Formats: sequence, structure tokens, C-alpha cells
Amino acid sequence: MSDITKQSLTELVKNIRSKKLSSTDVTKAFIDRSEKSEELNAYITNDFTSALDKAKKFDQKPNLDLKLPGIPMAVKDLFCTKNIKTTAGSKILNNFVPTYESTVTENIWNEGAILLGKLNCDEFAMGSSNETSFFGNVQSPIDKNLVPGGSSGGSASALAGQLTPVTIGTDTGGSIRQPASFTGTVGLKPTYGSCSRYGIVAFASSLDQAGPMAQNVKDCALLQEVISSYDPKDSTSIDFKRNHYSKELTNNIKGKKIGIPKEYRVDGMPKEIEDLWQKGIQYIKDCGAETIDISLPNTSYALPTYYIVAPAEASSNLARYDGVKYGFRAKGQNLIDMYEKTRSEGFGNEVQRRIMIGTYVLSSGYYDAYYLKAQKVRKLIKNDFDEAYKKVDAILTPSTPSSAFKIGEKTNDPVSMYLNDIFTVPVNLAGLPGISIPAGHDAKGYPLGLQIIGKAFDEQNILNIAYAMEEKINFKNKITDWWIK
Amino acid sequence: MSIDLKTIKHISKLARISVDEQRAEKLAEDLNSIFDFIEKLNELKTDNVEPLTSIAETTLKLRSDEVKSKNIREQIIKNSPQDNEDYFVVPKVIE
Repeated sequence: MSDITKQSLTELVKNIRSKKLSSTDVTKAFIDRSEKSEELNAYITNDFTSALDKAKKFDQKPNLDLKLPGIPMAVKDLFCTKNIKTTAGSKILNNFVPTYESTVTENIWNEGAILLGKLNCDEFAMGSSNETSFFGNVQSPIDKNLVPGGSSGGSASALAGQLTPVTIGTDTGGSIRQPASFTGTVGLKPTYGSCSRYGIVAFASSLDQAGPMAQNVKDCALLQEVISSYDPKDSTSIDFKRNHYSKELTNNIKGKKIGIPKEYRVDGMPKEIEDLWQKGIQYIKDCGAETIDISLPNTSYALPTYYIVAPAEASSNLARYDGVKYGFRAKGQNLIDMYEKTRSEGFGNEVQRRIMIGTYVLSSGYYDAYYLKAQKVRKLIKNDFDEAYKKVDAILTPSTPSSAFKIGEKTNDPVSMYLNDIFTVPVNLAGLPGISIPAGHDAKGYPLGLQIIGKAFDEQNILNIAYAMEEKINFKNKITDWWIK
Repeated sequence: MSIDLKTIKHISKLARISVDEQRAEKLAEDLNSIFDFIEKLNELKTDNVEPLTSIAETTLKLRSDEVKSKNIREQIIKNSPQDNEDYFVVPKVIE
């Protein structure tokens, strides 16, 4: 049984199709391992009993033409799942049971996958270490007391720990790519508008995007193919021709031009990260592609811009949590008092901090100085990429400025926590696709990732580059099962 | 720039989040360090830059206005912290 959970999604699909394994075998194996892995705290809610029922039902009449035939899968608890509690990692949604399903998860179940449970995340996806969750820290399978990254920390932990063969997260400023980088896994943030936002608990609507997280690039391509769809229920969903990403995947990237942006060489960046980047450049060349030095001059303004735009949108989105229609309610002496106490007791510190920032930058007298200014700088950042893409097909950068850190190491200093997202945030601001692939280890043995940024709607191209590099890198994740007694 | 306690109280009113003195002081400290960091944007001249208001460069699609969901009133009401028949219940607002 134990080696079932070590198999990639692609292998599991093949083995189920050839009837070497049943959906019940596979589902049981992942449930067993999940049950032995409580110490990771990766799950908020499990749905194991009904997962097993669904697997048995699948096996009675298996439809092997589906893309994810009988594959069990746990998902981030930011996706609404019909009749299954969806918390967004917050006390304020601790008892919320959606009456509808998110489009992205609906697409997954329609292709034959089976829900294992809902995975831990930073509260409302606001965090880079999974430490803001109301349901507690998540442990990294890489090492004890190490953060798995965030906000899709439970997803990264469950994936790297082999509690789920593949998973989905959401990425507003790096929340898929940074945890993927911290846990030695692959994470793709698709182009804005590629995956529907319908039924995803909203954080910052102009930045939020769902995406796949997987053990390897091929699995990632397959899951992206399943989740990406045009959806009339999301007004910013874009109707473009989507590739069969896994079928069209190729490691032939000869002649591709890859940009190396000098502004990503930031002060204080550890030598290990610089070395990793240089190694990545060499791999690109070994694959027959060409690297070109480019400039993205406004890169250093991306993070300050993000910390205006994202909190502004969050303060507006989170206004809906008032203790009236759903979620937690505190007692109050009157209506206003009830609102204020509900939000004070229901939201954690980081969420309150961001609502306060957002409310301030949108308030009368400050709007032009902050919000409008940020929208203008966002335009400049997007222009930088447009200019670069006249010369190159994709861009290679490190995924994060450091490897994973210890739990508690950065919780007292919000700005140092925010700096984690320095290489991922510009991609969200410009609405582009970006993928993080594991590319090496630091001196402590912790994984490090490289990021490939593409043109809008050019997921196939960055998947291909990632696929070609993956072969050269030949990364092996060091999972010791330290948490299993 | 400095955000004082009075401003924190004002924002917390606007955001409908009650904060006590101790929390207000911590928030003032955090927000000041975050805004110090944000101020970097003032280095950039942006007078002639058009603000980016939507990243998806498409026009909104129109659709016919039809009811698609079934009658799910009961399910929706079930999620409310306090309800009475078909109504959400809130603390009394009129005398």
C-alpha cells in the first residue's frame, strides 16, 4: 500500500486505467497516510468516509475515459464545496456550509476525481507561512517546525507529504508558487482569467487566481487542463482557446529566448539563491534555448503597490462578513456594536491589519495619494513586462529570496514577512502566468525553486520550459516521514 | 507620515472593527512600518500614467437575465446565525 502514495498523478491514472489499481485501493492508501499525518495539521476538514463510498461507486462502474478517473484529491479550504464546510482558515466562517460548488472544483469532480478533504491555509489566504490560520500552523514535511509557506500551506504540505497525489491552491501574490518552492513541489499560477474565480472565497479580486500544485510538471499540466475553463459565472473569466496542456507538453525548447531580469538580483539575497539562478540559466542553455539579459525597471515598486491594491480590494470584499447572513456572530448591544464585535472577534490579526490598511487607502482624502497612485504604478509594472516580451518568450527568476524559515521566525514583523513575495507579486500585478519548479537544495537541505514567467495565456510555453528543465535538474525531494510515528 | 491613535480609531470605525487601546497601539505601530515601506512609491513620477483598473483586457459579456438557481431559500437561511422563518434576525434597530 505504502508505495501507492509515492506515485505521481500520471502513474496513478495509468494504473487505474489499466486496472492494476482500483480507485478504492488508491483512495484507501491516501486516507491511511492522511490519518497517520495529523501532526502536519494539513487538513481542516476531512471527508474520508464519503470519499471511500465514492471510490467504491466509481469502481463498480468505472469511466476510464475521464482525465482524473477515481483519483482522490484534497483541496485548499478556500474553494466552496457544496454541503461541505468551507472556512477560508477563518473563525468567521467556522460554521459556513456552502450551498454551491466552485467552478474549479466542479471541473475536477466532473473529470472523475474524489474529494478527500479541505486543506489548511492562511486566513482568507493572507499570509506567507500558514501561521495566520485560525486552525493553527501547518508543519512542513521537509522538517519539523518549518513553515510550508503560504497561503496554500496545507496544500503544499499535503502534496509534499503524499497525503494527496495532486492539489489546488490559490495565488494572489505568490500563494501557490512560494509554498511549492518551500516544499520541493511544482506550482502554477495561471494567467488572470484562465481559471474561474466563481465559488472561491474572495481576497483581492483583480489578483486572485486558482492553480494546480503537483509532484511534477506533467501532473501540473494535466490538472491545469482540467481546471481552466471559460465560466460565464465569473465576469473576468476569459474566453480563449485553451490547450490540451498535458498532451501538447514537449521538452523541445530549442531556440526559445528566456529573459534574465537584472532587477531580481536584490540586496541581501543569499548566495545560494544567486547560485541556483545561475544553475537555472545553464540548464536553459543545455536545453538549447537562449538567455537574454533584460530589465524590468519598476520591479522594486511591485511590493509597495501590492500592499495598497490587495488590502484595498480585501477591505471591500470582506465587508460582507457582518454576522447576519452566515458565519460567526458575536453578541452586541445594538446592530453596529454587533457588527464591530463580530468582525473584531471573528477576524485574526493579519486580516484585521489588512482591512485597516485597505480602508485607510480608500478613505476620503487618501484615495488619490495611495490607491490611484498604486494603480498607476501597476500600469508601469505591466508595461515593463510588455516591453520585455517584445524580446523574449519567457522570463527566469528565483521563486523566493530564501528557503523556508522556522515557525514563529517572522510573525512579529509584517514587512519582513511580506518581502517573501518579492519575486512572485509582480506576476500577479501584471496578470501573467508563472510556474515554480524545484531546482535544488540549500545548505540545510531545504528545497529551493525557480520561477518561469510567461506571456498572458502562454501557459503551454512555460510548462514546456519547466518540463525541459525538470529533466535536466532531476530534483529529488527529501521526505523523511519525520511526523509518522 | 505618521498614523496616530486618533486615525486608527477613525479607520476602525469605518471598517466596523472594534479595537481596544492596546490593540490600537499595536495597529498604529504595524501600519506605520507598512506605510513607511509603501511611501517608496512617491519616488516615481506618474502624472501622465493611465491607472490600470482592469487586468483582463476584455469587455464585459452581456447575458440574458434569467434565474438559474433553484429555490434554495431554506439552505441559505440555514447558514445564518439567527433566523426566524424566512428572515435573518438582527439586534433591534428601531425603538
